[in-house]
Amino acid sequence: MSLLQEYFNDRNKVVKNLKLIFWTACALSLLIGFYGWFVRIVDGHIKANYGSIVTWGLWVAGYIYFIGLSAGSFLVSSLVYVFNYKKFERIGKLAVFTALVTLLMALLSIWADLGHMGRAWHVIVFPNFKSPMAWMIYLYSLYMLLIAVEIYFLLRYDFATGANNSTFKGKIYKLLSLGSKDSTEESKQRDKKVVKRLATAGIPIAILFHGGVGALFGVVSARPHWHSGLFPILFLLSALVSGGALLTLISSIFQQGWSKNKGVIIELGKMVLALLLLDVLFQVSEFLVAYRGGIPGHTAGFDLVLSGPYAWVFWGWQGLIGTVIPILLLIFPTRKSPLWVALAGLLIAAGIFGLRLNIVIPGLAVEEIHGLTSAIYSHRVDPHYFPSISEWALTMGIVGFGMLLFGLGEYFLPKHEEKT
Amino acid sequence: MTKKKTKTTPTQRDGDMSAKDAGKNISPEEAYSFSPVDRKRAISLIGAAIGLGAISTIISRIVPPPAVPEGDGTIRNLPQLKSGGTEGNSDNLIRMQNELRRAMAKPMESRRWLMVIDTRKCVGCHACTVACMAENRLPPGVVYRPVITDQQGRYPRQITRFFPRPCMQCDNPSCVPVCPVRATWKRPDGVVIVDYDKCIGCRYCLTACPYGARTSDFGSYYTEHTPEIQPYEQQPTNEYNKSWSREDHGSPVGNARKCHFCLHRLEQGLLPQCVSTCIGRANYFGDANDATSLAAEMARSGNQVRLLEEKGTKPSVIYLV
Ligand code: SF4
Ligand code: SF4
Repeated sequence: MSLLQEYFNDRNKVVKNLKLIFWTACALSLLIGFYGWFVRIVDGHIKANYGSIVTWGLWVAGYIYFIGLSAGSFLVSSLVYVFNYKKFERIGKLAVFTALVTLLMALLSIWADLGHMGRAWHVIVFPNFKSPMAWMIYLYSLYMLLIAVEIYFLLRYDFATGANNSTFKGKIYKLLSLGSKDSTEESKQRDKKVVKRLATAGIPIAILFHGGVGALFGVVSARPHWHSGLFPILFLLSALVSGGALLTLISSIFQQGWSKNKGVIIELGKMVLALLLLDVLFQVSEFLVAYRGGIPGHTAGFDLVLSGPYAWVFWGWQGLIGTVIPILLLIFPTRKSPLWVALAGLLIAAGIFGLRLNIVIPGLAVEEIHGLTSAIYSHRVDPHYFPSISEWALTMGIVGFGMLLFGLGEYFLPKHEEKT
Repeated sequence: MTKKKTKTTPTQRDGDMSAKDAGKNISPEEAYSFSPVDRKRAISLIGAAIGLGAISTIISRIVPPPAVPEGDGTIRNLPQLKSGGTEGNSDNLIRMQNELRRAMAKPMESRRWLMVIDTRKCVGCHACTVACMAENRLPPGVVYRPVITDQQGRYPRQITRFFPRPCMQCDNPSCVPVCPVRATWKRPDGVVIVDYDKCIGCRYCLTACPYGARTSDFGSYYTEHTPEIQPYEQQPTNEYNKSWSREDHGSPVGNARKCHFCLHRLEQGLLPQCVSTCIGRANYFGDANDATSLAAEMARSGNQVRLLEEKGTKPSVIYLV
C-alpha cells in the first residue's frame, strides 16, 4: 500500500508511465484495427460471423454502445450549459468533446456493418420516414451538426486567442478557429449565449435520437425479446449511465484531471450511482414481466441471457464487473477517493458494453419459426454467434481511433482555466 | 478563391475592432449580437452545405441507371414442351399455367398472386428448395424456400409434417415499413420485392420478418475452398427480369434477398420454379382475383391455415392441413 502511495506521489513518473501505456494501447489497437478494416474492405462480410438469424453482431452492439456514450455525455454537458450546474463546469467542454468522439466511433461501427458501405448516402437521399432507422439517421445527423457547431463556439475564444502563437499548436488553433480572430470579452459572452441555445436544442434531439435507437429495436414485434415499451427508456437510461461513467474516467485522466477534478469526479460518481440503480430497477422489471408472463417466445431471449452459452457476459461481465463491484465501490467509503470512483467509472462503462451485447444478440439468437435453422444447413442460418477475429479487430480499430482522438484532444484542447 | 477570402476578412474585422477599441460604448445588445462578418460566414457555410447537398442529390438523380442487359443470355427463353397437351385442364400444372398466362394478360393491378401449399401432399424431399437455389443461383446461406420439418407427439404416437416456407408475400408486411431507404415494397400484384440497387444491406428487414423469410447474401460460394469456383455459381441471376452479376461484391452480394414468386418466370408465362418442380404436386399457384383458378379454389377449402396470423401480417401463402 505504501509503495503504491509513494508511486502515486511521484506525479511526473505516473504521468509519463500513464501516457506511455495509453499511446502503446492506442497504437496497438490501431494496428489490429487496420487488419480488421482491411478484411472488411477486401473480403466484405465473408469473414464476419453474423448471418441471417443473428443479423446483427458485435458491430451493431458497438454502435449502440458508442452512440449511448455520446448521448449520455452530451446530456451531462447540458447540465452545465443549460441548467448552469456549476459543479460540472470544469468538464463541460470535455463532455461535449467526448460526445463528438464517441459519435464518430459509433458511425464508423455501423458503417462497417452495412452490406454496401458505398451506398450509405442512400439513407439521406431516399429516406423512408416510416422506419425508425430513418428517424434515427436524420436525428443523429442533426445531432452531429449541432455538437460540431457547439464545440466550435465553446472553443472559438480559446482558439482565437491561441492563434497568435507561432508554435505548431498556434497554427492548429488558427486552422480550428476557422479564421475568427475576435478575442474580445464580448465575443466570449456571445459565444456563451450561442452555446446555451445550441445545448438547449440538443437536449430533445439527444433524447429523441437515442430513444429512437431503442425504438428501432422495440418496434420489432418479430423479436419478442425487444418488443417492450420499456425499451426506448431503458436505452436512454443506460446511455446516461455509460456516458456519466465514461466521463468519470476521462475527467480523471484527461489533462492530469485526477489532481484538479477531484470534486467533479466524486460528484459524477454519485450521479452515476443513482442512475445505475435506476437502470438495474428497469432491467429487473423487464425480467420479472417476462418470466411471470411465461410466454415461451418472450422468455427464450432471457433464457439465453441467463443460462445460454454466453451467460458469463451477463453474470460476469455485465453483472459482477459492470454492476455489483462499482455499486459497492460507490457506496463504501471508497466513494470519497477519486481514484476508486474513476475505477468504478471504468468498470461501469465496460459493463454497459456487456449489456449492449446482451440486448442485440440474445434478442436475435432465437429462430423465428421452430425448425427453421435445422431446415437450412449453413453457419449463416444458425442461432449461435460469436464475433470472428476480424470483427473484434475492426472494433479494436475503432477504439484505437477514439483513443487517438482523445490523445490529440488532450494535447490540443485548451485547459480549463481557473476562475479567480 | 480561398486566398481572397482570408485577405479580405481580417481587414474588415480589424476595422470592426478598431471602432470598438476607439472607446465607443457598446450596448449589451450589440455585444451579444453577431457581427456582420460572423453572419456572413455562417450564411456562406450553410449555403455551401445546402448547395453541396443539392448538387449530390441532383447528380444521383440524373445519372442514368446501369443498362439492363436483355436478350437470350439473360431472359429465359425456354422451349415449350410438345409432348403433353397444353390445352384444357388435362393436368393441374397445365391448368395453372394456362390460368397464369390469362392473368398475365391483365394489367398488374388486377391480379393478385396466391400460393396454396398442401402439407398432406408434401413428402419432405426438399426438391423445391434446391430447384429454387438453382433457378435464382443462391449462394450458401441464402435460401428462399426451406422445407421445415414439424414433429408432433412422441413415438409411437407421433406425426411428422413438412411445410415449405416461401416468403408469405404478406398483405401487411413487417419488412417493408422498416427499410430506411425504401428499397423494398409491395407490388400491386401482391409480390414484395427488393430493389437490389437501392438496398444498403442494413438487414433491418431480416430482423423484422416474423417468418425468417429473408436472408442476406454475404458473398460466399459453395465451391469456394475447392480448386476452382465453378462457373455455374458465378453466372448472373435473372431475378426481377434483370441480370445481376456477383463479381466484385456487386449486388445481390450484400443485399437482403427473398422469394419473389419467380417474377421473372411469370413474365415468361412460366409457373414459379418450386411449383413446377414439386414431385408431390403439393403447390398451387394462381391469381386470387380469378375465382375460377385452381389456386383460388383450393384457398376456399375448410382446412386452410395461415402461418403466425397473430402477427397481423396477412400472408398470401395458405397451407392446407
Ligand atoms: S414473409 Fe417476411 S419477407 Fe415476406 S412479405 Fe412477409 S414480412 Fe416480408
Ligand atoms: S437490408 Fe436492404 S431491403 Fe432490408 S431494410 Fe436494409 S436497405 Fe431495406
